[in-house]
Amino acid sequence: MSVTSPASLLRKRVMLAHGGGGQLTDDLISELVAPRLSNPYLDALDDAARIPMHGGEMLFTTDSYVVHPLQFPGGDIGRLAISGTVNDLAVCGAIPQFISLGLIIEEGLELRVLEAILDSIAATACEAGVRVVTGDTKVVGKGQGDGLYINTAGVGAMRPGVRLGLARIKAGDVLIVSGPIAEHGLAIMLKREQDDIVRSELSSDVAPLGGLIESVLRVGGENVVYMRDPTRGGFAGVASDLASRTGLRLTIDENMIPIRPATRYAAEILGLDPLSVANEGKVMLVVRPDAMNDVLRSLREHPLGMDAAAVGRFERHDDGLCEIVTDVGGRRIIQKPYGEELPRIC
Amino acid sequence: MNPRELMRMYTRELNDLVAGRAAPLNLMEVCGTHTVNACRSGVHSLMPENVRLISGPGCPVCVTAQRYIDALVALGRRGDVTILTYGDMIRVAGAGGSLEIVRGEGADVRVVTSTLEGLEIARREPNRQCVFAAVGFETTAPATAAAVLQAASEGLRNFSILPAHKLVLPAMRTLLNDPEVKIDGFVCPGHVSVIIGSEAYRPIVSEYHKPCVVTGFEALQIMQGVLHLSRQIVRGETRLENLYPEAVSAHGNAHAVALIDRVFVPGTSAWRALGEMPESGLDVRDEFAAFDAFRKFDIRLGEDHEPRGCICGKVITGRAVPVECRLFGTVCTPVYAVGPCMVSSEGTCQAWFKYRRHESHRVEREAKEGVR
Repeated sequence: MSVTSPASLLRKRVMLAHGGGGQLTDDLISELVAPRLSNPYLDALDDAARIPMHGGEMLFTTDSYVVHPLQFPGGDIGRLAISGTVNDLAVCGAIPQFISLGLIIEEGLELRVLEAILDSIAATACEAGVRVVTGDTKVVGKGQGDGLYINTAGVGAMRPGVRLGLARIKAGDVLIVSGPIAEHGLAIMLKREQDDIVRSELSSDVAPLGGLIESVLRVGGENVVYMRDPTRGGFAGVASDLASRTGLRLTIDENMIPIRPATRYAAEILGLDPLSVANEGKVMLVVRPDAMNDVLRSLREHPLGMDAAAVGRFERHDDGLCEIVTDVGGRRIIQKPYGEELPRIC
Repeated sequence: MNPRELMRMYTRELNDLVAGRAAPLNLMEVCGTHTVNACRSGVHSLMPENVRLISGPGCPVCVTAQRYIDALVALGRRGDVTILTYGDMIRVAGAGGSLEIVRGEGADVRVVTSTLEGLEIARREPNRQCVFAAVGFETTAPATAAAVLQAASEGLRNFSILPAHKLVLPAMRTLLNDPEVKIDGFVCPGHVSVIIGSEAYRPIVSEYHKPCVVTGFEALQIMQGVLHLSRQIVRGETRLENLYPEAVSAHGNAHAVALIDRVFVPGTSAWRALGEMPESGLDVRDEFAAFDAFRKFDIRLGEDHEPRGCICGKVITGRAVPVECRLFGTVCTPVYAVGPCMVSSEGTCQAWFKYRRHESHRVEREAKEGVR
C-alpha cells in the first residue's frame, strides 16, 4: 500500500511559508511569477529595477506591508513602509526621492491609530529626505483585512560613481554588517506572543538608511561592491545567497556578528535562530579588503552604524557555500532559511 | 579560558587519545536536543575522523510508530473529537495523511504547549471530547500523568489521552541486542536523565559493558561527554559517568517518577523502526481507564506503512545518516517533509538539512572506503 505524501497535498495551495522570504518565496516567484512576466528589467530580480530614463538611470521598487501588530516597540507599519522602500533603493545605489502610498484599511480601524501611523509616515519621510507624491486609499469590510495594509513604491536616481553588482564580488572581499542583528523580527514576535509575560528592552531597528549609505559610499566609492538589507530571511538569507550566487565560499565568524544580549535571550525564549530573523534598519556590505577600515570607520561615525563589524570573508573555494565558524570553533553551513516560521513581521 | 580555547583543549586531548587507532569509535547520542545542538555548533567538524557521534532514537516525534499516527488521524477524522497535540506532531504523515491535512479538511486539531492548556480547553468546552496525543519520553510523561490526575480529581469526563509515551532504556537495549548496530558508548540524554537519574543507565554498563556518560546540552558539554567516553573506551574501562550533576542526580526526580507510576504501568509499545518492545512504553492503569482514549473510543492500532523511499527508520537507529536518503533535501524538506525526522525540529534529518547538508560528499567517500 502506498502512502499519500503530505507534500503532494500541500503543494496545491499557498502556505504562509511561501511569504517568508526564504527558499519557498524564491520558488513561488521563479516558478509562477517570473515566467509569466519575464522582461530584462524584471529578470534580474533585484530589490529594485534599473530603468533607463532621460539618458540616466532610475531605480524603481515596490513593497507591501502587512505587519501585525500595527504598532510595536521601536516603530509602526508607517515607519516600516517608508524605511523598507527607501532602503531597497539605497542598497541598490540610488538616491531615494519619491514614494507612493497605497492604504488598504479595514472597516473599524480607529482614526486615532490611523492618524498616529500617518504622522509616523510623514516623520520618517522627512528623516529619509523623500516625498510621498501619490497615493491611493481603499477600505475593506470588517474581517476582510487586519486593520491596515500598506503598499509603497519608490523611485530614485542612480548615484554617480557607484558600481554595485554581485559580479564584482571576488575572493578576499570582506562582508560587513552595519549593526546588531535580529532586532526587528524578535521585537515583533515578543510583542505578539509574550507581551504579557516578558518585559524586554528589545525594540525594532526600523530606520531609513539612505543617509548612512550615502556617507559610506562617499568614503568607499567603488570599493563598496555590493549591498543588501537583511530583511526577511535575515543575516542567514543574505549571507547564503551571496555565497551561492557568486559561487565563492563565504566564511563567517560567529563571534564577530554583533548581537545584543537581550536579542539573544529573546531568540532563546522563542526558539528562533537570530541569524534568520528579519532586520529593518541594517545593511550588509561587501567591500574590498583595502577599504574595510575606512568603511567601518565611516559606518561607526553614523548613529545607525555605531556597532558595525566585519563578519566574514569570501574565499576561493568555488563551492558556493556559506560556512560559519561557531562560538566554540566548530564549522557548519548557513543556509537560506527554507520557509519562515514568522508570518507578518513586515 | 574562552569557549574556543576550552574546545581546542578538549579536541587536542581527543585527537591524542585516538591517534593511530584503526577502528572508529561509534558513540551514540539518544536525545533530540543533543542532536540539534551538536549539529548547530559544528561539534562534528571538530572531532577526529575516527570518532563518530551518531544520532539515535532521541526525538520523541520520530520514534512514534506510524500506526499510532494513523490512529490519531482517524480519531481526528471522526469529527466529534478535538485532538490536542504538541506542535511537531501535526505534520507527521500516516497512511491517511497528517493531522495538518485533516485539520484542512475540517477536523478540530489544536496545538498546545502544555497538558495544562489541554485541560483548560476541555474545561471550557465540556460538550466536546478532547483527546491529548501523549507522546514523548520520560521527559513529558510526568506532565501527562499530572493532567490525568487533575482530570480525575475534577471529574473532567471529556478529557482523555492517547498514550504513546516511550522509555529510553528499552530502546538502548534493543539497539545493543542488534548485531547490525555497532555502538561503543552512549552520550545519555539530558532531560530524560533529570527525571530517571543517572543510575538508570547502570544496566547498560553492567550487562552490556558499554560506557555511559550523562552530559548537558551546550556544545562544550557534548564534546566533554565525547571525550570522557573516548577516554574510557581507549583505556578499556566501562563506567557510568555523570558530567551534568547540577541538573541530574543519581536517582532522578522522585516526585516526577511517582507521578508516572501513579498513572501508568510499563507496557509493550510500538516504535518506529525498532518495532514492538515489551515494557518500552507506558500503559494507563485500569484505575484511570476512563481517561485512556484507546479504551474510551475502542481504538486498535493497525499496521505500519512507511512512506515509500523514506529511511527514517534507519536514521533513528543509527544505521544511516540523512544524506544517504535519496529523498533528502529534494523530495523531503522541512516544509514538504516525508518522514518524521524531517518534520520534527529535534529530528536528525532536519538538523542535517539545516546545518550539515554539504556533507554528502564526505559520506559518499566514507561509503566507498568502507568506513560506514
